[in-house]
Amino acid sequence: MMNEFNGEIKKMMIILSKATLENVYAAFVLANGARMEGIEAEMFFTFFGLEAIHKKKLEHLHVATVGNPAMHMPTLLGGLPGMESIATSMMKKEMEKIDMPDIHEFLDILSASGVKLWACKLAMEMFHYKKEEMYENLDGVITVGDFYKQGSGLGTHMLFI
Amino acid sequence: MEKLIAGKTIEVNEEGYLTQFAQWDQAIGEELAKEANINLSDRHWEVIRYLQNEHKNEVALSIRRIGKSGLVDIKEFYALFPTAPLKTATKIAGIPKPASCI
Repeated sequence: MMNEFNGEIKKMMIILSKATLENVYAAFVLANGARMEGIEAEMFFTFFGLEAIHKKKLEHLHVATVGNPAMHMPTLLGGLPGMESIATSMMKKEMEKIDMPDIHEFLDILSASGVKLWACKLAMEMFHYKKEEMYENLDGVITVGDFYKQGSGLGTHMLFI
Repeated sequence: MEKLIAGKTIEVNEEGYLTQFAQWDQAIGEELAKEANINLSDRHWEVIRYLQNEHKNEVALSIRRIGKSGLVDIKEFYALFPTAPLKTATKIAGIPKPASCI
């Protein structure tokens, strides 16, 4: 069906449920890329995704070395102590080379670009997080229903990461 | 392809970006801004000149770099060029569309 805005994307609603570095960056790049194209974007941080906006945790996110076939590493090896730190620091070095901001700076960029940042109320309660512990420019703590309401209108797309 | 704008014939690509910056002048910038529904203020011009200068120095433009320019922060950049700021501002400036994803 190409009749809604001729298929044009008006708004991206991106749900982040994971805290591994590669997933967080994927979500951030997609949200920022939408704004760069003139598309509205909102993010909903739920379950482990909350770590990406938790002030104390967001600096310490890791790449997954176990259960990640793209690491090309035997599962046993990936589980060795220190392996995640090595993979993470290697990835961070590569990202610096391509001018990729760190998590906190990326959140600042998203917020300044007009991306709405929402924390999931249910997950906040489950992890016993308080709003004060979260990234300072968070737009609010809302329910799934609130988030769907934010996404109403033609040309909205939802993405779950 | 050719495009007639502000009384001049210029060379543009299929997305409407000038392919030869030498053909750009202020009147063309103003017409391109009108096409993007933007009324250019002095502030817009400061940003446009900054972008042209960065392009001349072969700097790869990105939103992050704009934020670190010391001239304009990201919030103001989006306020000046609300829809797709980097794409719109570079088009008005007569320079190529940045290939950056950030």
